[in-house]
Amino acid sequence: MTESTVPPEIMERVLKTLAETQKLPLERVTATATFQELEIDSLDGINILFALENEFDINIPDESARLVNDIGELAEGVWKLVSEKQPKA
Amino acid sequence: MTRRVVVTGIGCVSALGGNAVEFWDACRAGRSGIGPIGGIDMTGIRFSNGAQALAFDASKHFDEKQLVPLDRFAQLAIVAAREAMGQSALDLSAEEKQRAAIVTGSCYGGKASEDAGFHSLYYDRSPRVHPLTIPRLMANAGASALTLELGWQGPVWTVSTACSSANHAIGQAFWLVRHGIADVALAGGSEAPFTYGSMKAWEALRVVSPDTCRPFSKNRAGMVLGEGAAMLVLEPLERAVARGATVLAEIVGFGMGADAHHITQPSAAGAARVIGLALADGGVAAESVGVVNAHGTGTAVNDVAESSALRTVFGSHVEAMRVTSTKSLHGHALGAAGALEAVATICGLREQAVAPTANFVEADPETVTPVTSFESFAHEVAISNSFAFGGLNAVLVMRR
Repeated sequence: MTESTVPPEIMERVLKTLAETQKLPLERVTATATFQELEIDSLDGINILFALENEFDINIPDESARLVNDIGELAEGVWKLVSEKQPKA
Repeated sequence: MTRRVVVTGIGCVSALGGNAVEFWDACRAGRSGIGPIGGIDMTGIRFSNGAQALAFDASKHFDEKQLVPLDRFAQLAIVAAREAMGQSALDLSAEEKQRAAIVTGSCYGGKASEDAGFHSLYYDRSPRVHPLTIPRLMANAGASALTLELGWQGPVWTVSTACSSANHAIGQAFWLVRHGIADVALAGGSEAPFTYGSMKAWEALRVVSPDTCRPFSKNRAGMVLGEGAAMLVLEPLERAVARGATVLAEIVGFGMGADAHHITQPSAAGAARVIGLALADGGVAAESVGVVNAHGTGTAVNDVAESSALRTVFGSHVEAMRVTSTKSLHGHALGAAGALEAVATICGLREQAVAPTANFVEADPETVTPVTSFESFAHEVAISNSFAFGGLNAVLVMRR
């Protein structure tokens, strides 16, 4: 597993959004938790994507959403979209 | 009292044309009605294709005054019903009209009328909405308009069970006639879902294909929305024979049941159970089923669950049967889907052929493999599946 490139503040917001959407205590939602451990099914997944799109003002394409298997990959995907949105220095 | 129930009239409006003849011609040719969605600004929406009833011109069927209370979904229902009634040539006395039933299905009702009214209210800050907004949007608007047009006064209602609405409607109408509660029935479904708000809601659910509908194909990417209406005239076999009507097909069984499993995920066990109920209702052995018009939405999960259900019910007979999903041709018309698929199934029984599943690319080991080109195929019995969001399943069994 490669080390995460996601800045801590982005990861924190992803985890918080996920916890709020799933009505889970924040301490249960960690960067290494699997969707299965958190009992997240496909409909929950859609709700989470919606919440993340609103939180970060991004559009998450269906194709990339399908490829996500865990929270680490989810956060990586969000960070990629957020970085692309930021104006180049 | 139990009577055999037959179909003596069919009518439909869809992306495949303005009537049942055009519909079946397109099915025979495997010509899909899926194309770029018009009339809505789709900018920024993750899909752009749908199966709209582009050939439908309301002004050819209604005068301006008639159109005032009618949303598009009700217009479609009326035009499909007129075609079915014309083919059936049913002529009822005043007394018989009191025992004539109409059961329609619609998932949305008059969504365009609601959208337009609420847009003017919320966005344009209009102080009022059109006074006919409610009569236009009510899901029974098509059924009620048909009572006015036909003068029928028997049991009339509308079923709203998402993608199973029309199958539930046809099945219940079939039972009404079979058990003598109604003497004749008009049954089917209609849907006109193409509004901006509705497209955004489907986009958010992430089940719509970015290009086209490929049921049971390994690279399937989701469903494609459709619009239209189809209606069937049902009557007892004895009556049809006595008046010399052409019998198009017999409806022999209906099954319905709930998965009680998940609000959007299908259950193979739930689907299998309801297919079994439908066959039992019709006294039909699984081995006698020749063709399945599948729910076949083209989503990743439906097609796997439905294939599993078919293998459970039919076992090795699945290999001998023909499975098709005509949603690849006319789109997923939600509350009208079952009715359009019933028309395809009936036409297939009459012609002893199977409409193809369009857009198929590659077999998926997890699913059945559908018929991909028009095929002459001798069969006595066909079933048509509808498995709705919310886990509500409805299956019709039809015989030649």
